[in-house]
Amino acid sequence: MSTATQSDIESFRSETRAWLEKNCPASMRTPVKGFDDYFWGGRRPKFKDEDQKQWFENMKSKGWTVPRWPKEYGGGGLSKVEYKVLKEEMESLGCRTPLFSFGIHMLGPALLNFGTEEQKKEHLTQIANGEIWWCQGYSEPGAGSDLAGLQTSAEDKGDHYLVNGQKVWTSYADYSDKIFCLVRTDKNAPKHTGISFLLIDMESAGVTTRPIKLISGSSPFCETFFDNVKVPKENLVGIENEGWSIAKYLLTHERSMIGNVSKMDKTLDQYAVEAIGRVEGKLADPVNRVEVARWLIDEAAFNLTLIRALDEAKAGSPPGAKSSFYKYYGTELNKRRYELMMSTGGFDNLIWGESAAGGKTPREFCRSKANSIEGGTSEIQLNIIAKHILGLPKS
Amino acid sequence: MLKTSAKEFFSGNAPISSLRKLRDDKSELGYDQRVWNEMAEMGWTGLVFPEAYGGLDFGYAGLGQILIESGKTLTPSPMMSSVIVSGTLVNAFGSEDQKQDLLNEIVSGEKIVTLAFEENQTHNPRNPETSVDSNQLTGTKKFVLDGHVADIFLVTAKSQKGLGIYIIDASAAGVSVQRHIMMDSRNAATVVFEAAPVMGMIGLPGEGENIIDHTLDVARICLSAEMLGSMEEAFSRTINYLKERKQFGVSIGSFQGLQHRAAHMFCEIEMCKSIVLNSLQAIDDESDELAMNASMTKAKVGEVAKLVSNEGIQMFGGIGMTDDEEIGFFLKRARVAQLTFGDFNYHIDRYARLRSF
Repeated sequence: MSTATQSDIESFRSETRAWLEKNCPASMRTPVKGFDDYFWGGRRPKFKDEDQKQWFENMKSKGWTVPRWPKEYGGGGLSKVEYKVLKEEMESLGCRTPLFSFGIHMLGPALLNFGTEEQKKEHLTQIANGEIWWCQGYSEPGAGSDLAGLQTSAEDKGDHYLVNGQKVWTSYADYSDKIFCLVRTDKNAPKHTGISFLLIDMESAGVTTRPIKLISGSSPFCETFFDNVKVPKENLVGIENEGWSIAKYLLTHERSMIGNVSKMDKTLDQYAVEAIGRVEGKLADPVNRVEVARWLIDEAAFNLTLIRALDEAKAGSPPGAKSSFYKYYGTELNKRRYELMMSTGGFDNLIWGESAAGGKTPREFCRSKANSIEGGTSEIQLNIIAKHILGLPKS
Repeated sequence: MLKTSAKEFFSGNAPISSLRKLRDDKSELGYDQRVWNEMAEMGWTGLVFPEAYGGLDFGYAGLGQILIESGKTLTPSPMMSSVIVSGTLVNAFGSEDQKQDLLNEIVSGEKIVTLAFEENQTHNPRNPETSVDSNQLTGTKKFVLDGHVADIFLVTAKSQKGLGIYIIDASAAGVSVQRHIMMDSRNAATVVFEAAPVMGMIGLPGEGENIIDHTLDVARICLSAEMLGSMEEAFSRTINYLKERKQFGVSIGSFQGLQHRAAHMFCEIEMCKSIVLNSLQAIDDESDELAMNASMTKAKVGEVAKLVSNEGIQMFGGIGMTDDEEIGFFLKRARVAQLTFGDFNYHIDRYARLRSF
């Protein structure tokens, strides 16, 4: 392990800053607004404009779509410190993420840890170059919180698997090129030990998708159906029937990414005052005044807690089961925020809007109810805290 | 490390059984004099004050660690009333002479100085009826912490020129003290001043609001640190009980209903820890936002202390209701600490006012 000197880091920083100044178009330094501000890559890539394309190509040429991945897989090969510097410089200039991909944050780590060299060379490079749009196939109608109870089967047919079943909540399955799936390869084994991690091409015969409309309107979620789909054996990641350990690894990783309370352009008290006004200088509704104040205090304490978590991680104590605490508390905080926005937003706020411009709060309110369900329900998180942090015995 | 030595000191010298004994023996002081002397000898009473007055100039973040540990054993002492409230007040606003006089005595633990600032049934520190005229102070103060052992009272009073902080000798004529033993076995007093002679004043008339705000904000944060320790200990005992207690052939800690409530409490206590540690640092950083920090902290910690102390009794079941079991002491202390220096209700309003809504 080479140790970079302070001056090495400083020259990397100034080089990075100079490169970003030169290669990040001005329009790519503004906050993302709509769906087409996110570039997902794939076999049929759609760029919003030339700037978005240029920015992606420039970052790709440096391997900075995946800065921490090894260079031989299309990554930037950056060290932890260099990556921190890159993030800081991008943040200070307001640079957008050049490529969004479940491949980067979900499949990538699985392949890096469990994949063969051939799999890494093929798939990681494709992810890094934005050539393939990946989606995740975990949950099923009968397997949500009890994910290990999944039933989508993969029968061993010699040189391929024959896959039959259904996945649900697959984000962007209708746009995706490939799906990484948890499938059952042994129906007789206890449920956790008969699961495999399989890569499936969405263009294979027998794969169909259907978008799911939510109470909040349209969503990226889909149902995905597998009807006698042939999947080559090379697409198995890790060892047959040992896919559950890969799933567990990815799930804790995913959980640690959720839980941040999203930023708004107004603070909750500003929002409330603008919506319902004041009486004798105080927010017009005395009950909401207390609840808004209570929420602001909890938001502040939660942000301090996340900072403390970062400090602890840096000092060598990764979050572990505490990520369940952050997920639980952060999502409930977000739901409370929307309840307060609806409560103070008045009659006009009840109007159902069609566009992002107006009338979006009722939609966002409805959508927020999913926060405590997706990524592991609040009840599951509390179970994890009780068992793994408090050491309480199994039910 | 300060935290470890504090933990050893309090659990070794002043565990809850000591509090029980002080209560049952109807102790005159209401605290253990030897424990207090040792705290002074170890420099804890001077931790945050300059060396010139016998202190160690170590900071409130460090003091916070001691307070947290003292909260775990519910150890009573004049630390809060004399050192943290009066000491902070004199150190921040006293003249050089006053600091030489009063602060040295506070730090040595020889004199108990307590601030008398409540007059109503609810927290109302900035609007006393107590008044000063021709160097004589008249009025009635309630809930004066450690008033029964005070050598000196610092009293909030109004005069022609506004609110001020006046120094009154506890043994002076015109001062009568009525001791009350509170539900948490600590002591407060009702003090009646009738033309009591004023020995001096801290700061100038009209500066009282500013002095009170800053002093009580520091006190609010420090008391919150003590409350954090108490709720951590109550929670820890509750979890142990859930593991040990068996009913229906299983440990009651295996019941999902209790697991969820326990897990939720864990999260809320962690939130309190974050906000208390941050606010202690804000004192040392001389933050511009100390008032907001103090109100946020006292409000949040008050609410969670209420939750944890109540859940503690409930989860201990019948045994939690007995005097023999110690969990009840945590409930009693939480109730008193909530109302001290302003509770959730007071501070949620103050916080909103500070944020202009």
